[in-house]
Amino acid sequence: MKTNRDKKEYWASFVQRWSGVALALFLPFHFVVLSLILQGEHVLDGFLYWADAPLVKFAEAGLVGLLAVHLLGGFRLLVIEFFAWKEWQGYLISIAGVGATATGCLFLLRAF
Amino acid sequence: MENNQKKITVSVWRGGEDGNFENFQVPFVEDQTILDLLTHVQRTIDNSLSYRFACRVGMCGSCAMRVNGKPRWTCRTLVSTVVQNDELKLEPLSNLPVVKDLVVDMEPFFEKWQEAKGRFEPSDSPVTEFVPIKPDDKQRQKADEAIECINCGCCYAACDVVESNPAYLGPAALNRAWSLINDAKDFANPERLKAVSGDGGCQNCHTNSQCVARCPLQLNPTRSIAGLKKAVSLATLKGEI
Amino acid sequence: MSNRIEFKLWLAHRLSGMALGLFVVVHLAGMIIAIQGGLSSAEILQRTSGNYALGVFYSLFTIAAATHSTIGLRTVAREVIGWSGISANFFLIIFFLFLCAMGISAVGGLVL
Repeated sequence: MKTNRDKKEYWASFVQRWSGVALALFLPFHFVVLSLILQGEHVLDGFLYWADAPLVKFAEAGLVGLLAVHLLGGFRLLVIEFFAWKEWQGYLISIAGVGATATGCLFLLRAF
Repeated sequence: MENNQKKITVSVWRGGEDGNFENFQVPFVEDQTILDLLTHVQRTIDNSLSYRFACRVGMCGSCAMRVNGKPRWTCRTLVSTVVQNDELKLEPLSNLPVVKDLVVDMEPFFEKWQEAKGRFEPSDSPVTEFVPIKPDDKQRQKADEAIECINCGCCYAACDVVESNPAYLGPAALNRAWSLINDAKDFANPERLKAVSGDGGCQNCHTNSQCVARCPLQLNPTRSIAGLKKAVSLATLKGEI
Repeated sequence: MSNRIEFKLWLAHRLSGMALGLFVVVHLAGMIIAIQGGLSSAEILQRTSGNYALGVFYSLFTIAAATHSTIGLRTVAREVIGWSGISANFFLIIFFLFLCAMGISAVGGLVL
């Protein structure tokens, strides 16, 4: 029963957790792709050619957005945990959401 | 008088951990609290109904239960503010063992309170000079809100972390520890800092703020726990504990 | 035996998070600048080859990211699917070492 979840902090924590898991699972693939350079430039270029497809770019923008939201949400957590609590910190959740969307969009604009 | 004619349906949990909901039809009375309503059920419909209360005025913290899924103090909750479609659902607090009907066993809750060293510990040696604690003292202000807790258990029942990790001390116990850490007359540190950073310690808190949402006194246990995290972190990094 | 290992892991998670806050801002900015006009191995290598400061930066980034994601996944594994204890810790250590090895070898490939 989820009737107990009516605070935006709950959703901030939910997004923080699952964006973190997504990024953690992406990390090995990211490193494996970069390691292709060890096998020669043409191997990495083969991948980069594939990664130029629009769908992949959208997926990448999603990842950039996840990274930005995890970064800004994490910043909010650190502010709460390691500085004095202030009421304005509630706005940090909205800032994280807007900032992450903006970063994702900026990436898309540059990618195309 | 017109309101007295209107009836609402109240689903009340009956039994222990295993049980079921029983529906009662009760008259809707303006300005009636959930606790008044339960007293009506017990006196006029079913005198075997169990629920807990003492002061009836929001001071003792014994009447908390889940109302339409959310933990609330029932003596200060008006039926008119929570009734939905003329229906009301009353259940015992979650995250605690059910004794019978709406009564839970509060023992795990208070055991964790002790585990977090929630007990005031004076100095071992006789005190010759009492520390003056001024209202505008910085440390005193940090504990200002925390000391108002009445231990109703609403935060504990609302906490997602307690639900997923039964070892977690929970918001109330940690909030209590925070009020004592800021008490200049208390001498239980650094042991208390160790007590609040064991396996079930303050680091488990995900800052969901469900405890803040559900505290009937509008206290902020999340802030107290954040204070503990910082205090324990600094003590750990400095090698004090 | 110290039973405060959980707290120390949490602290390591937060400290690595603080470091990552800095790394990720630089990384995001660099990435958004770099993707303009598409990526190629030659272009990437031109920027990274012999750039030892970049190598140190990304090596530290890799270690912080591996630490942060491993501890984060450990908490999620315990709280969401109830997976904890020796098997979980063993798996997570492998995950951590894999990330460090792949990440640093990739950095080596790009810089050296």
